[in-house]
Amino acid sequence: MRDARAEVKRPIGLRLWLSGGWLALLFIGAIFAPLIAPKDPLMQDLFLGRLPPFWMAGTEPGFLLGTDSLGRDVLSRILHGARLAIIVALAAGTLTCLIGATLGLIAGYYRGWPDRIISRFVDIWMAFPPVLFAILLIAVLGPGLSSIIIAIVVIDWTRFARVIRAEAMGQGAMDYIASAQVAGRTRFGTMMTEILPNVLPTIVALLTLEMGIAVIVEAILSFVNLSISTDSPTWGGMIAEGRTSVHQAWWVLVFPLVTLFLTVLSFSQLGEGLKDRFDPVLR
Amino acid sequence: MMTYLSIRNLTVRLNTGPVILRSVSVNVAAGQVHGLVGESGAGKSMIGKAVLGTLPRAMQITSGEIWLDGTNLLTLPPKERRRRIGATAALIPQDPLTALNPSKRIGPQITRRLVDILGWTKVDADARARELLDEVHIPNINRVMRSYPHELSGGMRQRILIASAFAAEPKLIIADEPTTALDVTVQKQILRLISDMQDRHGTALLFVTHDLGVVSKVCDTLSVLYAGKVVEDARMHRFFMRPIHPYSAALLAATPTYTDPMGSLTPVPQDVIRAVEQEVRQHDVRAGS
Repeated sequence: MRDARAEVKRPIGLRLWLSGGWLALLFIGAIFAPLIAPKDPLMQDLFLGRLPPFWMAGTEPGFLLGTDSLGRDVLSRILHGARLAIIVALAAGTLTCLIGATLGLIAGYYRGWPDRIISRFVDIWMAFPPVLFAILLIAVLGPGLSSIIIAIVVIDWTRFARVIRAEAMGQGAMDYIASAQVAGRTRFGTMMTEILPNVLPTIVALLTLEMGIAVIVEAILSFVNLSISTDSPTWGGMIAEGRTSVHQAWWVLVFPLVTLFLTVLSFSQLGEGLKDRFDPVLR
Repeated sequence: MMTYLSIRNLTVRLNTGPVILRSVSVNVAAGQVHGLVGESGAGKSMIGKAVLGTLPRAMQITSGEIWLDGTNLLTLPPKERRRRIGATAALIPQDPLTALNPSKRIGPQITRRLVDILGWTKVDADARARELLDEVHIPNINRVMRSYPHELSGGMRQRILIASAFAAEPKLIIADEPTTALDVTVQKQILRLISDMQDRHGTALLFVTHDLGVVSKVCDTLSVLYAGKVVEDARMHRFFMRPIHPYSAALLAATPTYTDPMGSLTPVPQDVIRAVEQEVRQHDVRAGS
């Protein structure tokens, strides 16, 4: 009767702390960017072009991470770029999750013709190369924040649908589902109260993973200049500009790249960590 | 004796054609225990599923009647059928490890049906759940009510499922191989528990199993199935004294005994299998399929 696992209070874990900490920092930075950014991210000063980061020789005070070839402050641009990245991550991630998970849940639990329609649709959808598909969509919709979000949702809902369908199918075969039905539950009720709570940990993990992917897709689109208006700072845009001068000023490329890398990594690690916390069996 | 559940000429087929149950008729008297025995794949579990309306989607009932307490379930609209089954019947499932929702605590899983179907208040349902857990000899009830299924052993979970099946005082319980997933020592306790509970509550019990030893301990009457066809219907005592059908006799002879544990196992003889296969084929010809 005594269960040793119940006695162990699990620490939140370094993984959750580090990833959560980085994302919290980024959130605060993005929200308060206009207040805490040391410089105007758009202000050019050709006399201050390609200043190195603060620890190197030949730097100017106030430009912590150096400047790009037009003399714009790299740190300020990263902070302002974070706003777009985070808005896209939250909006696109959530929307993708809602659409994909709903369809996956229905397909996996109801089976029959809803499953056949949704699954065939997913198969066809996944045959398109995703990045090309996104670029094509933006070209049709025209650049802008909502276009980026729509593009991400449209190319990525299939990931949720596939995974959640498989999970729901697995849960649907369990005896407790049969018991719920014998007890007079409707099919919809069973899906909401029995299946959904059991696929929730997976949904959470996928959701944060999707947010990371959304950040990458946004960076890719900015990189090829198909994001929002060209003068707003974006991580992808900074990487594209930094690429041309990497031999003279590596910091213009490296800092946004590292930020992007850490952000995407943090999202996926946060998801894994949260999944474990959500799962009653692993908890 | 009043017949509580009466299955008449029930035929179930796979949607693709093959027959799963061949005009099966089974009667369970109120307050009695009826056993369904047969090999794997004989269709014994499917009878229970057909009654409870949980047949796999690949199967359907093509003809027959299922009378529960004087009403033919198959003529009721689906919603009404589900409500009636929920209010009068319950299931003790085969595998206690997958029969409880892993993400919910035990307490609400037992009280749910009382609140949902019988419209009890949460407080009453909670008190009733505790009473039942006590009745199935669960120690430390407060703690168990707050536990998640994975924190409890298989035997413990099966006790909880039994308590939960009896919770709403159903008139009929279908036990689908309730001891198969448990080890032998726990099996015996669980069997006795089901028997005691059935006796005390006066519930009719349809007991699905492949274990004749189990049948002899709990059942009053039984049906022997082969390939979806009932080959013998008998009262317990008579069956073990003088089985009529050769297949039943062979099945009995195949049961290992304690008196000769080193003796080799007796398989069902080939000619008996051939004879019963022949019978099934003749039935199919008569049924015109």
